[in-house]
Amino acid sequence: MASVVTDTLPLVQLRDLSVTYHTRLGSVSAVDGVSFDIHRGEILGLVGESGCGKSTMGKAIMRMIMPPGEISSGEIVFDGQDIMLYNDDQMRDFRGRRMSMIFQDPMTSLNPVQRIDEHLVEALQVHEPKTPREAALERARVLAERLGIRRDRLQSYPHQLSGGMRQRVMVSLGLLLNASLVVADEATTSLDVIVEAKLIDELVRLRDEFGISILMITHNIALVAEAADRVAVMYAGRVVEVGGVYEVFDTPLHPYTSGLLSSVPSIALDDTEELYKMPGEPPNLTHPPMGCRFHPRCPKALPICSQKAPTLLDQGGGHLVNCWLYQSIEQEG
Amino acid sequence: MTVDVQTATVDNLVEVDNLRVWFPVQHGIFETLVSGHKDYVHAVDDVSFDIRRGEVFGLAGESGSGKSTTGRAIIRLLDPTAGKISFDGIDMQTLSAEELRHLRRRMQVIFQDPMASLNPRMSLGASIAHPLQIHFPEQKARHHEMASEMMEHVGLSPSRFYYDKYPHQISGGQRQRVVIARALITHPDLVIADEPIAMADVSVRALLLDLMIKLKQELNLTYLFITHDLATAKYICDRLGVMYLGKMCEMGNLKDVYGEPLHPYTRALLAAVPVPDPHRRRTEAMPEGEIPNAIHPPKGCRYHPRCPLAQPICSQQDPELRELRPGHFVACHLAR
Repeated sequence: MASVVTDTLPLVQLRDLSVTYHTRLGSVSAVDGVSFDIHRGEILGLVGESGCGKSTMGKAIMRMIMPPGEISSGEIVFDGQDIMLYNDDQMRDFRGRRMSMIFQDPMTSLNPVQRIDEHLVEALQVHEPKTPREAALERARVLAERLGIRRDRLQSYPHQLSGGMRQRVMVSLGLLLNASLVVADEATTSLDVIVEAKLIDELVRLRDEFGISILMITHNIALVAEAADRVAVMYAGRVVEVGGVYEVFDTPLHPYTSGLLSSVPSIALDDTEELYKMPGEPPNLTHPPMGCRFHPRCPKALPICSQKAPTLLDQGGGHLVNCWLYQSIEQEG
Repeated sequence: MTVDVQTATVDNLVEVDNLRVWFPVQHGIFETLVSGHKDYVHAVDDVSFDIRRGEVFGLAGESGSGKSTTGRAIIRLLDPTAGKISFDGIDMQTLSAEELRHLRRRMQVIFQDPMASLNPRMSLGASIAHPLQIHFPEQKARHHEMASEMMEHVGLSPSRFYYDKYPHQISGGQRQRVVIARALITHPDLVIADEPIAMADVSVRALLLDLMIKLKQELNLTYLFITHDLATAKYICDRLGVMYLGKMCEMGNLKDVYGEPLHPYTRALLAAVPVPDPHRRRTEAMPEGEIPNAIHPPKGCRYHPRCPLAQPICSQQDPELRELRPGHFVACHLAR
């Protein structure tokens, strides 16, 4: 997928994006100088543990970081335009129309006293006030049906639907205005495994049909293997590795990525295979480790790793890694 | 029950016989008067299984399958509606509250969320030593020492450093170690672990699983491991029961259940688990719909509305859990 579209301009280009939360205990750099692209029509898996900054990334792309947090530096270029320069009105129109978001818990995202069809009509009319109600309703019905929500279910209230159905409603809200990027932040995490599998199938199908890009934010590296075209791995606020899903899973370059891959229980492995027990725990970002933030847990750490942060460099074929093992100190200087 | 016959010679620590847990549904006064009948959530319905001494018995299933309710009924955090639970040959139904309290020393629980299980105003050492006040009050002078020893045992080392800290001062993985230490300090025989690693960071889970396996061997424990994650179950369980909507639909040695799943639901569940390898993407179609409401469960086999193989008999007759292969049980009319 990725190779077909790399010659055209990526849909999203993130350049040196940083997000800082100003707290009583000091500034927390939740996202620290992150750069990656989202290509047209791809599913990019953004994977990492809780607190690594992946959800903050998702919000930052939509410029939805609220005080005490702020995007402290960087560029977000969407379809060639730097949306950091947009004013509030432009941003409001941009969200929903060009880019939309699906959250983990649909129950807190949907209004409990509003019917499903009203949600859809409202979302449409906010952005297209001239659309008559009947036309809006019809568009909502057609889309909902495409997503496997029966017409008669549109009259339901959120609590009358199952978890999987509610999440489908969230997806249809996201797609109603033909957004070209959908940010799915742990969108399937609260679902049971069979329902989750079906929703993932649905997202892949929507990508195939509408050519949308999906940023799939998840802690579950197996889901990324299941559905994504490319993957970006985050650790403690930084991207440590980016690449095609086959390259990253077959030959992980960063010690964190390879550690994570061999520490995750898999249903497919033989009984003889031992899990890797990664030492330590992810750091607290009020006081992140100096240098490479993974160095205290890294089995391959060099002296330089605790002093200076490496840079994210291409190792060929669009497989990037942020690690001193793959770059000389002069190269960095 | 067939289950008892087969395992009569095996040393069972827990025997669950036709366990039923129903929760009454609250209706308005008017509705109750008019309809005159009560509705129940059939959380667990006639479930039977044994847990052998020294094994890890897994209970797997989706949310709403009744796996956690079963665990809670075993330790009598919930009163069963019907059925019999024996622990080490003792029928728990016959015990007085006082006797039950004594027996509870031998069965402990580890819940999913360590932050919710720990008192935020109690130091870690005090939390771990607290069960000793209830079960070993006569050894009061040694409580501090016993708690410290247990902290070292679960990897909270040096215990001096951790003893006076509070839950918010340590990491999530360490908090779960505190909960494990508190569960083990009374020298239980049975530990009921309800999704014990689900809240931990992904990179920390392998270490916690490893710790649980190590402690089981060192302290001769028996685990009831409740999980929705079949990949994790594979790493720790000896035997596994798969539950669906309050019923046990398949049970057997882990290798048999994973190697040759006999129930269509087990097959779907196993196929749905994503594998961290893009070369092995899932090709199987998933069953229709979602787990139905447990107030009015489907008649016959509860899985039949979603089952791709369903036959007329499936909607009429509730299949018995039968031993189709030695030690491998399935509740399906069609399994051969």
